[in-house]
Amino acid sequence: MLEELLFQLEMSAPQIVLGLVNGAFYALLSLGLAVIFGMLNVINFAHGAQFMMGAFVAWMLLNWLGIPYWGALILSPLIVGAFGVVIERLMISRLYKLDHLYGLLLTFGLALIIEGLFRNQFGSSGLPYSPPTSLTGAPIDLGFMMLPKYRVWVVVAALVVCLATWLVIEKTRLGAYLRAATENAPLVQAFGVNVPRMVTLTYAGGVALAALAGVLAAPIYSVNPGMGSSFIITVFAVVVIGGMGSILGSVLTGFALGLVEGLTKVVYPEASATVIFVIMAIVLLARPAGLFGRA
Amino acid sequence: MPDVLPPAMPGITTDMMLAIRDLEAWYGESHVLHGVSLDIRPGEVVTLLGRNGAGKTSTLRAIMGLVGRRSGSIVFEGRETIRMSPDQIGRAGIGYCPEERGIFASLDVTENLMLPPKVRSGGLDIPTIHALFPNLKERARSQGTKLSGGEQQMLAIARILRTGAPLLLLDEPTEGLAPVIVQQIGRMIREIKQRGFTVLLVEQNFRFAQTVADRHYVMEHGRVVDSVTNQEMAGSLERLHAYLGV
Repeated sequence: MLEELLFQLEMSAPQIVLGLVNGAFYALLSLGLAVIFGMLNVINFAHGAQFMMGAFVAWMLLNWLGIPYWGALILSPLIVGAFGVVIERLMISRLYKLDHLYGLLLTFGLALIIEGLFRNQFGSSGLPYSPPTSLTGAPIDLGFMMLPKYRVWVVVAALVVCLATWLVIEKTRLGAYLRAATENAPLVQAFGVNVPRMVTLTYAGGVALAALAGVLAAPIYSVNPGMGSSFIITVFAVVVIGGMGSILGSVLTGFALGLVEGLTKVVYPEASATVIFVIMAIVLLARPAGLFGRA
Repeated sequence: MPDVLPPAMPGITTDMMLAIRDLEAWYGESHVLHGVSLDIRPGEVVTLLGRNGAGKTSTLRAIMGLVGRRSGSIVFEGRETIRMSPDQIGRAGIGYCPEERGIFASLDVTENLMLPPKVRSGGLDIPTIHALFPNLKERARSQGTKLSGGEQQMLAIARILRTGAPLLLLDEPTEGLAPVIVQQIGRMIREIKQRGFTVLLVEQNFRFAQTVADRHYVMEHGRVVDSVTNQEMAGSLERLHAYLGV
């Protein structure tokens, strides 16, 4: 009986780890979406493309400028975030007075254009990007499974970044401005806070989170123009389940659904690609505002 | 973030704290102010009286730049603010307490109190604010919107007293409050006047206005149509009744 259980654990552990790694990306991406939606009321459909850009910028930094992974981890989110500033100032800021749908259409169009440009330039087959040597080498032996160092790093890094973002929003003065402006932006502006600039930087921050996830993903998945769109559909389901605009909700839901997906691969592999969407349908029926959303 | 403000305009007397001339304002297509003119001297408490829809709230919102479009002139301490953004106006030293109070549900009482950035020295410190409003100290960790209506009003006023803004715009602070709370707010307004703050107060209740103000402007159809000092008020009741329809 015990042996049977151990055997089961041994068989399923790699899937659980893989689920956690995927969950880390779901959490980071849905966190960025939630931050952007909370402040701008825009559903950022370009999020997947910005995630992909993060990975590509890391690749370019390495292959064109010789800047290694650790440098890219800082620089790539800054570069892609700056791109976000331009997008928000030039385009998205013109849509705030219109229906949400326009922001969604604009960012969806942007995603298609960005992906097309990268496909044109780099092809769709994918470029290799090796993890840094300090995170390669012998995996950690847990007895019942081998744990690749890089995957452990991804999960830890994602947890730390999510926690840090949550702390900034809940516990700092800047976070208080953000929360207040989410409720009543004109009043916060009348108090002397430059709200339009804060909105721009919030968008850039959300975009930078996507790019950071992209750099983390580059060594795991091959760097290719479609890597964002394959993730983003699931991430939107995660956001719907967690509740749009809830920071903690989107992080918890991201990790939890990654795990659920991993476990489904063990129990009933055929359902692993659909289980998140089944959960989304059930949550939408029972709690339309999402698990952590305020109705 | 030091915002550069335009210099005082030459030739304009700067003994007024706020001088408004021919202020017009629009919300989209709707023209809500039709040439408002008024003056407030430093240290005065001045009220805007008038019926619902006369343009009192719109005047305060237009001073803050919170209307769709505005024209005319609003000179605050000698600086023209008509082309400034709301955050520049707030930073220049005008504190705004909106009619709906604007307490943030996602912030606790202390966070609400500390939210508006300091714009000048001379604001009240936290011990003084807690002495003036003991309830805010007791309920420091409560969610802002869990406070009673009176406490929310106190909080909305307290948080602009902290910033050092010398001119306070208060939009119907007594609306919907019990008489005992209204008296408390009256005491508080007299107290902040003594401390040198200047107040522009929107009121429906002119009996209350009489207990706190130096002067009164009467608004009708988006214009200032009359003004009386508080001393003249008793003798002008009939005229005021006609405007206010009470």
